[in-house]
Amino acid sequence: MPRLMNIRPRGGGRILLGLVPILALLLLYAVASQARHTLNPNDKILPTFAAMAAQVNIMALHPDPQTGQIALVADTAASLRRMGIGIGLAAITTLVLGLGIGLLPLVRAGLGPLVAAIAVIPPIAVLPILFIVFGLGETSKIVLIFVGLTPFMVRDLSAHVAAIPEEQLVKAQTLGASTWVVAVRVALPQALPRLIESLRFSLGPAWVFLISAEAIASDVGLGYRIFLVRRYLAMDVIIPYVVWISLLAVALDWALATLSRGLFPWAHPKRLR
Amino acid sequence: MGVLSFRDVWVEYGDKIILERLSLEVAEGSFVSIVGPSGAGKSTFLRLALGQEAPSRGRIFLDGEPLRAEPGPDRGVVFQRYSVFPHMTVLKNVMFGVQCARDGRAARTESIAMLERVGLGHNLDAYPAALSGGMQQRLALAQALITHPRILLLDEPLGALDPGVRLDMHELITELWREHGLTILMVTHDIKEAFKLGTRVIAIDKRRRDPQAPDRYGSTAVYDFPLDKPNAAGRQAVEAMMAPVE
Repeated sequence: MPRLMNIRPRGGGRILLGLVPILALLLLYAVASQARHTLNPNDKILPTFAAMAAQVNIMALHPDPQTGQIALVADTAASLRRMGIGIGLAAITTLVLGLGIGLLPLVRAGLGPLVAAIAVIPPIAVLPILFIVFGLGETSKIVLIFVGLTPFMVRDLSAHVAAIPEEQLVKAQTLGASTWVVAVRVALPQALPRLIESLRFSLGPAWVFLISAEAIASDVGLGYRIFLVRRYLAMDVIIPYVVWISLLAVALDWALATLSRGLFPWAHPKRLR
Repeated sequence: MGVLSFRDVWVEYGDKIILERLSLEVAEGSFVSIVGPSGAGKSTFLRLALGQEAPSRGRIFLDGEPLRAEPGPDRGVVFQRYSVFPHMTVLKNVMFGVQCARDGRAARTESIAMLERVGLGHNLDAYPAALSGGMQQRLALAQALITHPRILLLDEPLGALDPGVRLDMHELITELWREHGLTILMVTHDIKEAFKLGTRVIAIDKRRRDPQAPDRYGSTAVYDFPLDKPNAAGRQAVEAMMAPVE
């Protein structure tokens, strides 16, 4: 009998093993929900799967009589737009600052301390400032994502660029490369897969910032909706929305990982051999 | 006058003297091996030649012109590791230098010919991570030679390779040196390699030692053997020097 640490599940066994806890959790929920509904048929805390399905049907397939829009679609579109613009701006800024700080000692000396100082500020703490400065509209939500992600990502990317072996930089110079050519053809391509990886790590915090901003001031969005229906204890809406947000997060993460493998095969050497 | 000349060069960091009174001329077409015990300043010497560092005193000339303290296309280099760009294919790695120098339309044909010469003609579209250590060093050589540098600097180029691969590389380097009429400066800790490949072997070490202040004196060229004929005595002397001090 091998040691426990050497037993590796393979193929179907591995998938089965992964499914067991998920199914167990669902079963636990169903039993608990059933138990509460036997005591009180109007229980709102643990809605049945049937009740949630009915709500999803209303939210996802039927237009809201007041606005004429399908709530789930409108909320998803608004949230993803804020998220996309926020992480897009953060990524572009990170690329420029990260390359500058990582590659050029002059820029590192100038901006390094500032970025390090900004990175320690908890982003949610500046949310009131953003609301005051940018108002309660779209801008403040996008800026919160931007402010929340950028300092961390700049520090990560500049450290990665600074860790490019000096040999490579010297080699490029002996081949006649200028600073610009080294930045664009040596540092930038090696920074891009790291930027995507850093974005993937930042998606979790990005959702936190987005939902916080939407919860406080908004009239559409996934975060807005779950905090709105919280007033009516509408768990039958909240739970499907949370599941939906999780699915979106997984899809976004998967898309970024696939993008990186497709664009930068050299950065995933296991697949090269 | 040589391609590369060091005139009374000193390198000091504060009180610490790394190199002192180092003078040498590297003649056109020569293959100079630099040996010395670890810590003797071999790497510092190469950093000077590359321009990664400037001497504290003394001057360095390349083709009679004072050397700028910055790497440039007149000096090619192959390091022990990290010499090639991991994000470029084999072909792109070699084309890079041609494209930096001028309009790169001819780059492709020229680069393919160079890669075929070093035996990588079948790996043009591979990424370096998919190559063996020896193949990566072949690529690094092709990449350095494509721009026709005045002097080729080799920093322990074979230090990370298996003995068998090393022998093949000895052959390749010697052939390329003859074919291209190269001037080569190679730093190595392998004395056999130094004497086998070089037309001249220079050993750098401290000439004097102060046991109370080991940094008081720097290294300089203590032996300088031209190898127009086999020099067994010279090799013994260098081996004795490199042997660990009791």
